[in-house]
Amino acid sequence: MRFGAWVGVVPFALYVLVFLGLPLYMVIHGALTTDAGHFTFSNFKATFDSPAYRSAFKNSVILSVWTSLVGAVFGVWLAAAVVAGRPGGMLRRIVSSASGVFAYFAGVPLAFAWVATLGAEGVVTVLLKDIGINLYAGSFTISSLLGVGLAYVYFQVPLMVILITPAVEGLRPQWQEAALGLGATKLRYLRHVAVPVLAPSVIGATLILFGNAFSAYATALALVGSTLNIVPAQIDDAINGNVLVNADRLGLALGVEMIIVIVVVMVCYWLVQQRARRWLQ
Amino acid sequence: MSFGSVGIAAADEVVGGPPPRPVTKARKERPRPWRIAIFVLAALYFLGPLASAFKFSLIQSNGRYGLGNYDQIIKNSAIRSALITSLEISAITAVLVVVLMLPTVVWVRLRLPKLTLMMEGVTLLPIVIPPVVMAAGLEELQSHAPEWVVKLLFNHPLSALTPFYVILALPFTYRALDNGVRAIDLHTLVDASRNLGASWRQTIIHVILPNVETAVLGAMFLTIALCLGEVVISSLLLYHTFPVALIQESLSGTAGISVALSIITLAFTFGLLFALSFLAGRRQRATSIRVI
Amino acid sequence: MIRFDGVERHFGEVTALAGLDLEIAEGELIALLGPSGCGKTTALRILGGFDRPDAGRVFVNDVDVSSTPPNKRDMGMVFQAYSLFPNMDVRTNVAFGLRMRRQEKAKRLKRADELLELVGLTQTADRFPHQLSGGQQQRVAIARALAIEPTVLLLDEPLSALDARVRTQLRAEIRNLQQRLGITTLFVTHDQSEALSIADRVGVMQHGRLEQLDTPEAVYRHPATAFVAEFVGAMNRLPGRLGDDGEVQVLGQRLKVLNPDGTKSGAAVYALLRPEGVAVVPDSAGPGEVTQRTFLGSAVRLEVTLDTGQKILVEQPSHDAGLVPGDRTGLRILVESVIIEETVPSPAP
Repeated sequence: MRFGAWVGVVPFALYVLVFLGLPLYMVIHGALTTDAGHFTFSNFKATFDSPAYRSAFKNSVILSVWTSLVGAVFGVWLAAAVVAGRPGGMLRRIVSSASGVFAYFAGVPLAFAWVATLGAEGVVTVLLKDIGINLYAGSFTISSLLGVGLAYVYFQVPLMVILITPAVEGLRPQWQEAALGLGATKLRYLRHVAVPVLAPSVIGATLILFGNAFSAYATALALVGSTLNIVPAQIDDAINGNVLVNADRLGLALGVEMIIVIVVVMVCYWLVQQRARRWLQ
Repeated sequence: MSFGSVGIAAADEVVGGPPPRPVTKARKERPRPWRIAIFVLAALYFLGPLASAFKFSLIQSNGRYGLGNYDQIIKNSAIRSALITSLEISAITAVLVVVLMLPTVVWVRLRLPKLTLMMEGVTLLPIVIPPVVMAAGLEELQSHAPEWVVKLLFNHPLSALTPFYVILALPFTYRALDNGVRAIDLHTLVDASRNLGASWRQTIIHVILPNVETAVLGAMFLTIALCLGEVVISSLLLYHTFPVALIQESLSGTAGISVALSIITLAFTFGLLFALSFLAGRRQRATSIRVI
Repeated sequence: MIRFDGVERHFGEVTALAGLDLEIAEGELIALLGPSGCGKTTALRILGGFDRPDAGRVFVNDVDVSSTPPNKRDMGMVFQAYSLFPNMDVRTNVAFGLRMRRQEKAKRLKRADELLELVGLTQTADRFPHQLSGGQQQRVAIARALAIEPTVLLLDEPLSALDARVRTQLRAEIRNLQQRLGITTLFVTHDQSEALSIADRVGVMQHGRLEQLDTPEAVYRHPATAFVAEFVGAMNRLPGRLGDDGEVQVLGQRLKVLNPDGTKSGAAVYALLRPEGVAVVPDSAGPGEVTQRTFLGSAVRLEVTLDTGQKILVEQPSHDAGLVPGDRTGLRILVESVIIEETVPSPAP
């Protein structure tokens, strides 16, 4: 490789270094130092000691887990139903575009659509009240973990559809036909062939869904601001001085912890994908 | 949005298009119950809130039904200026990210193919960092940076957000452009072009660019959608972009306006992706005709 | 023991099968041969139960199976490619059919091993499909289909995705196996040399119709229609004129016409002649010149261009050949009868 060849990637490298590297450095550096500038782990320790932060983590994890599982189940179901239809048809196109919108770009609009539906004055809430069901009689509000979680499902399911459709399409029709020809029923084919073949991809996609929910904040922000007790909200409060003054380092430590969680998720995903790719050559 | 908002799958799905399936014979079969069930469920769950939102948005501040909320983009100056800001940011980001990534992608493919794996890794980084953490880092940067940097960068949303939105857009832009470039057998085209006497500039403009049009457009559309929806960083850093204005409006005035604008945003984004799906399809068909 | 009775299948505007009548005797290997879209695969899939006829019925041993689902038909199917289950190793793949029949594990794995030995792949038993070559995968697919001891074996272009060398090897093995086991077989292919070399009888199809069903030799030497003549093997089309006596004059020789019906006497026709049915006669004053010579290994194909501009292909064993491009030559037709084709084709029925 001649030296001259490297010149071409210099602009990109510089850009990433400055605009990604710098903020990242600030986060890591800030998390690992005291106000006086000494190296320390005390910020991390403080996040583990604080009951507020611990419960925020717990809530984030619980929220991410159940919305991923729900998203996975219904996402696979929906993807299978769409793939079973005509390829290239209008249904496919619409579902694919709509999934893209909801999965990636829906943050704020989604929150408001949700408020309009299940909020205190929401259309469905009012409808239910008319037939005698008061949604808000108990502890449910749209700003609760459950309410926000239901909004999360709104983008988790489409994300699953997007992620798993290639794998579902990759189920060769010959497998089902061969299985039937050898005496299997459709159900036995699913059990012995389709499910095992899809399993790695489904697991991998669910991991992505988990990471997605864990990092998400836009929807919660639009719905309830930083009042919901999840990790991103704590970081928000910490750096905007809404908590204690000087909590910003704790916020940075929380940020580093979030990054670590995502990295772990990505590594697991990569490992699972290796296995999936091997079989489906 | 978040983790997924810079999803790689978006780029693959939208630009690469679905893998060509063998044409199965169309036989009119009765749709099976398991398909009907999920379609009904999905319709209820996904179209329901949209319908509710639409109905809700028609309730104006005076309590009557009408399209008054939808006028606010023009009438409400706060929203209008926020929208213009967001549009400006989107446009510049979209252009910037292509200007940065396309030459890089082409260069790596042609001269440094061994770097491909590393490129994929680097462009994966923005996904690993949640936007809220990125915002935290930027906040730190802003409070510790020297005066001239603050003046240059952080005084206006355009200069503050655009450079970092480019980073957010990196993962799927790289993927889209890389897919586009892979699909056209770059080496052969460039060799042929140079062999016929074209300069590098002519090769890029007349040979490479037209053939990656769809990929470039796809990357730009996705970037615009990303920028119009990005709220975590802009809100945490206290800039007045369109999504931030929506949230503020919902807190101060009636929710009706925010809901109306949300519907417009969703419709617009859907329109972008829908249009893109036709472009991608056409490209694939065109390529296969050329090959045969 | 297998009978197609007026089987029709349409896909919208397209007719895949236009009333197929076909009988396959027990232990016979019938090859369905034709270009893509001729209906051969459709016929196979209907027999296997993967498709239902729009009209007509299919009988196996006089039992109407037209509406029996595929998993109850006791047939072994081998697909063109990709049919091995990727999540199971080779042995488990082969044993799958037996597992569906609830055979106990030890017994069915032993049977799987027997079959792997039959196809010569014992050493791959623990490997996974993606670790095998194309030819090996197809052998496993065959073993898997045979494991359940089916009444009928169905092969859907099983060799089309393989390299040429593997193809010739495997097709001989398939024929051997089939004959040893005496299993009734339907083999679909678009490769005519494949069909001719392994089948007991060949059915040539076009546009959903069976144009000829006969032994390979009969199909080759006595093609029933112009389509069969041109599809199977190379064919010369030489202009001639049909005489009153059911004979045609070609290259100065009179030949008997095998299919004179319908054609008016005196009409201009094409006579269809195989390259090996014509021989060169070296003659420095001959009416033609050798314009191309292609060495095919065991044979040599010469293209002779007459002074009239007509091109003729001549094939002969390579130890005979002496002529090279530029040599003048005469031609002699070696056969006594030909198929003719009208120069202005009559409108399609």
